[in-house]
Amino acid sequence: MADDAYNYAYLDEQTKRMIRRAILKAVAVPGYQVPFGGREMPLPYGWGTGGIQVTAAIIGRDDTLKVIDQGADDTTNAVSIRRFFAKVAEVATTTRTDEATVIQTRHRVPETPLREGQILVFQVPIPEPLRMLEPRETETRTLHALSEYGVMQVSLYESIARHGRISKGYNYPVMVNGRYIMSPSPIPKFDNPKLDRSPALQLYGAGREKRIYAVPPYTPVKSLDFDDHPFEIETWEQCCALCGSKESFLDEMIVDDDGKHLFVCSDTDYCERRRTLPEAAE
Amino acid sequence: MYVAVKGGETAIAHSLDLLADKRRGDRAIAELSLEQIDQQLGLAVDRVMTEGSCYDRSLAALAIKQARGDLIEAIFLLRAYRTTLPRFGDSLPLDTSAMVAERRISSTFKDVPGGQVLGPTYDYTHRLLDFSLAAAGDRPAAPTAPADTNRSLPRVGDILEREGMLEPPPRDGASEDLTRRPLTLPASRPVRLQNLARGDEGFLLALGYSTQRGYGNNHPFVGEIRYGHVPVGFVPEELGFAIEIAEIDVTECDMVNQFAGSHDVPPQFTRGYGLAFGHSERKAMSMALVDRALRAEELSESATSPAQDEEFVLAHSDNVEASGFVQHLKLPHYVDFQSELVVVRALRAEVEARRRQAVLDQAAE
Repeated sequence: MADDAYNYAYLDEQTKRMIRRAILKAVAVPGYQVPFGGREMPLPYGWGTGGIQVTAAIIGRDDTLKVIDQGADDTTNAVSIRRFFAKVAEVATTTRTDEATVIQTRHRVPETPLREGQILVFQVPIPEPLRMLEPRETETRTLHALSEYGVMQVSLYESIARHGRISKGYNYPVMVNGRYIMSPSPIPKFDNPKLDRSPALQLYGAGREKRIYAVPPYTPVKSLDFDDHPFEIETWEQCCALCGSKESFLDEMIVDDDGKHLFVCSDTDYCERRRTLPEAAE
Repeated sequence: MYVAVKGGETAIAHSLDLLADKRRGDRAIAELSLEQIDQQLGLAVDRVMTEGSCYDRSLAALAIKQARGDLIEAIFLLRAYRTTLPRFGDSLPLDTSAMVAERRISSTFKDVPGGQVLGPTYDYTHRLLDFSLAAAGDRPAAPTAPADTNRSLPRVGDILEREGMLEPPPRDGASEDLTRRPLTLPASRPVRLQNLARGDEGFLLALGYSTQRGYGNNHPFVGEIRYGHVPVGFVPEELGFAIEIAEIDVTECDMVNQFAGSHDVPPQFTRGYGLAFGHSERKAMSMALVDRALRAEELSESATSPAQDEEFVLAHSDNVEASGFVQHLKLPHYVDFQSELVVVRALRAEVEARRRQAVLDQAAE
């Protein structure tokens, strides 16, 4: 690093140790939110400080880092965070999902299936899945301790009673390992099935709220539902206008003044691979 | 058009260049020096040091310059720097009775030992724009009495306390550090005070004001406000005795509040405490009001108002956290929004289908 004023990967070694201890505890108790002494980072709260601290604590010179926001490598905040680590951790970066050892993400899980040894680091704004139902931390910690999740079931039921379906599109709550209800961070529910028994390690960092939680590889992650209203994901009538995919999560764009729509893959790496490698499109 | 919603490395670099250019402004105008900010915008420096939790006038001045006068941004800059500094240890508690005070007033007694000292204050200015300040000019120095540095200034609260009229300050000396450990609730009073000292002045001002208007009133009086210089003591392990490592300016507010007494305690006055770096009376007073309001449970008062709600106050007082989370809404959210679009379109389609079916049913009858 050109600037020797800061330690490798920005955080001092004591802080990294403290974060690693929190991560180990989180891995040992899947879905449980571990409080940690979150530091003030040189990027604003709400812009990925939790994910950045987790990444800074686990990254080494041999790693290859991929950073995505909304599934894309070239969104401004993804560029900014990738630049930060390229500078402070002298780490190789990539846009290829299959080449990355650490993937920091905001709001998406890559379409390309992850494999063992990869770590997916989520940026989390509100780690508490019950927060919008019960604003008090003192209450929600008790509810988790007692597995008292009736309030969540009732809220899903009310949604069905009012709308005829569970009207939650993103940040769709999941049950981890049959014990803790967890916020998967604001990923679309489309991505929820990818969390279930994933071979990759999932780490979740919430900087402002100072919480870390984790889903170890191959852990069952079940999206909450009812027998007569099973969980379902988003579907589109359209396919990607660039690569023709019918299986990926699509971003919608308005392309003219008449409000004409165009749909393209949200995962830019996936989309580009399909366009450049015809066999990948099969 | 695919590029239109994305931003690349080059765009960010150009944005940073534009920001630096804006910061400098018209090159024909002389550039601000840190000394000018420190000396002539001193109260801004005080606020940035207080909420940035870092007593360093030149760093705070640099942050203000870099932030173009946006004080919350400057506080953020100073905090982000502070967090990387090594910790040598804890200083001794400040002894504010050893303060060389520039200002000291009490609203509870007409006269107090050491006297009422107005010092530099806006309190008695008429808020008329002083157009003579629009032009540079020599300003005469103000006459001052020689400071009596040998005389200690007894706190008004201590005098009341000796009579048993005012509760003693807490003796619990255990210190915790919010910047090293996450906030846990319920919080100890030292942690609450650290949170409030770092808290946003505007937020605390509004909360303190709300207690005065009946949302958790506790009949406050300004026992004392003092502003001046205090020495900072530190005991290095290898020496084993205290040495003075600095002298800093602080504003201290001891608010005296009514307390009806309880089953075990006869009626007496209670304290709300506020302390801020530099000269920041609005902050210190607001902090003292909110500190007292947050003691509702401890004093067996009913806690029904926002200012008395520990979790509400402590979780939302930090302007660096608040500013970041509010402004993160500027980041792209189009994946989440797409999920919502899909859901709302499906819900609307179902409503429309039901409406059509109802029309058909009606026609069939």
